[in-house]
Amino acid sequence: MSEYYLNPGLAIPRAQADGLDKAYWDGLAEDKLIIQRCLSCKGWQWGPEWLCHRCHSFDLGYEEIESTGVIYSHERVWHPIHPALKDQGPYVVVLVEFPQADYVRVVGNLLGDPLQPLEIGAKVKGVFEHHTDTDPVYTLLQWQLA
Amino acid sequence: MSNNRTLRGKSVVAGVAETTYYKRGESPDAEFKLALKAILGACENAGISPKEIDGFSSYSNDRSDPSRIAAALGIHDLRFASMQWGGGGGGASGALANAASAISTGMAECVVVFRALAQGQFGRFGQGRQSKFTSGEPAHTSPFGLMSPAQMFAMKVNRFMHDHGVKQEALRAISLAAYHHAQNNPRAVMHGRPLDAEKYDNSRWIVEPFHLYDCCQENDGAAAMILVPAERAKDFDHPPCYVLSALSGSHYRAGAPVHNTPDYGTSTFKTVAPRLYDMAQVKPSDVDVLQSYENFTGGVLMSVVEHGLCAPDECNEFFTLENLTSSSGKLPLNTSGGNLAECYMHGLGLNVEGVRQVWGESTNQIKDVNVSMVTSGPMVTPVSSCIFGSEATL
Repeated sequence: MSEYYLNPGLAIPRAQADGLDKAYWDGLAEDKLIIQRCLSCKGWQWGPEWLCHRCHSFDLGYEEIESTGVIYSHERVWHPIHPALKDQGPYVVVLVEFPQADYVRVVGNLLGDPLQPLEIGAKVKGVFEHHTDTDPVYTLLQWQLA
Repeated sequence: MSNNRTLRGKSVVAGVAETTYYKRGESPDAEFKLALKAILGACENAGISPKEIDGFSSYSNDRSDPSRIAAALGIHDLRFASMQWGGGGGGASGALANAASAISTGMAECVVVFRALAQGQFGRFGQGRQSKFTSGEPAHTSPFGLMSPAQMFAMKVNRFMHDHGVKQEALRAISLAAYHHAQNNPRAVMHGRPLDAEKYDNSRWIVEPFHLYDCCQENDGAAAMILVPAERAKDFDHPPCYVLSALSGSHYRAGAPVHNTPDYGTSTFKTVAPRLYDMAQVKPSDVDVLQSYENFTGGVLMSVVEHGLCAPDECNEFFTLENLTSSSGKLPLNTSGGNLAECYMHGLGLNVEGVRQVWGESTNQIKDVNVSMVTSGPMVTPVSSCIFGSEATL
């Protein structure tokens, strides 16, 4: 059994070379959920972009929000499409939205029994999953029912 | 209102063709050779010389470069070469729209829309990319095991089904209709391999709500369609099949990264469909037969709803095998077998079938077809649709 939700061997996520999502990945390493926020109009934005889609300001910052959210949609995956998941069995992917940040969304796994009933609208809280045995190390934000 | 800025009735389909359709990896021909065979086949079907072609239109970064094709065919005067951006199969009717635009504006006289695909010789669509690192948008999804098209789109379909109380049987009807039609179509890869409700129900999950039979095939092959100006409508053996409308697009921030489009549980057709009908000057109730791109059945369901053919809360009653298969049903759907059961020619096979329905040449011919619609590539961005019409529609 792996201490992580999914079996090891999937590609290691890295901040993109131009730095656009670096604050997000750096935040996760410190158990913080960091989302992009426009310094001009204060609107939240995700995934990150160089421009605020509301006011077209390039002056974008990154701010911590509480790692709680609501399941916006979900799926239970059965067919392994990557060799690392060959012996995984079913697993659950959730799309979590943040009412506290203009309802932007992130993707994660829902921890617990992969066959558990899935409910749109359920409240979830974040679990920071630190992958310490890879080079480089990285952190994923996972979810459990609140 | 007089409006010259339309594609309506300005181009006709001169010829269509496809190669033999193969399961993925089984084509004896190179991908480029498949493209050439389909294009030559369409010329033969039209009864024109391949040297008449002066334009090429494709999508999804087709690897068969139009200049290489033009050189191979010995074309003297290449006038148009167009690639529809992005969106995978969402570009099929968009490529047709680009070709029709070239014809309508006088940029070209004889444009071939084509797609060639040998998933055996190049990468497969249905496999996760295998690399040591990931960055950019995939870094925000693939570490959670979300990396294939089925997984990207199941999330949208689950939201739509939740919002509108859609049952699994509605998806099943779409799959059963495709396989039903394929049994009459000798070109279909699934010809001779019928599907029934029990087999569907017992098939394995790929990702809920998609069983195996909710997912398109992966194939090798090529398809092509030739457009010429409407003035030439009577030059061919076929009855005229006009392009009444063809266009592409997507809604507000459809491409917002990491599944952040505000309107999420959608096929992406909400803004496209009204413009499509406006240009064609037809109503949803005028549509005689529909070819609707199945990457996955759930995308078909939402496409049908968003083209105004079924109310979102009436899907369970509307999507039945009877409604989708016979001339007397509400909406004959995917009459060649489509991407599920004929061939996944990245959707261009659906456009070919849409034309054959107007010509009266389908292997599942619907009676008295005047308005034949095709919707391409649901849930991606941009998506596209087109409407073909008989002479009576002009």
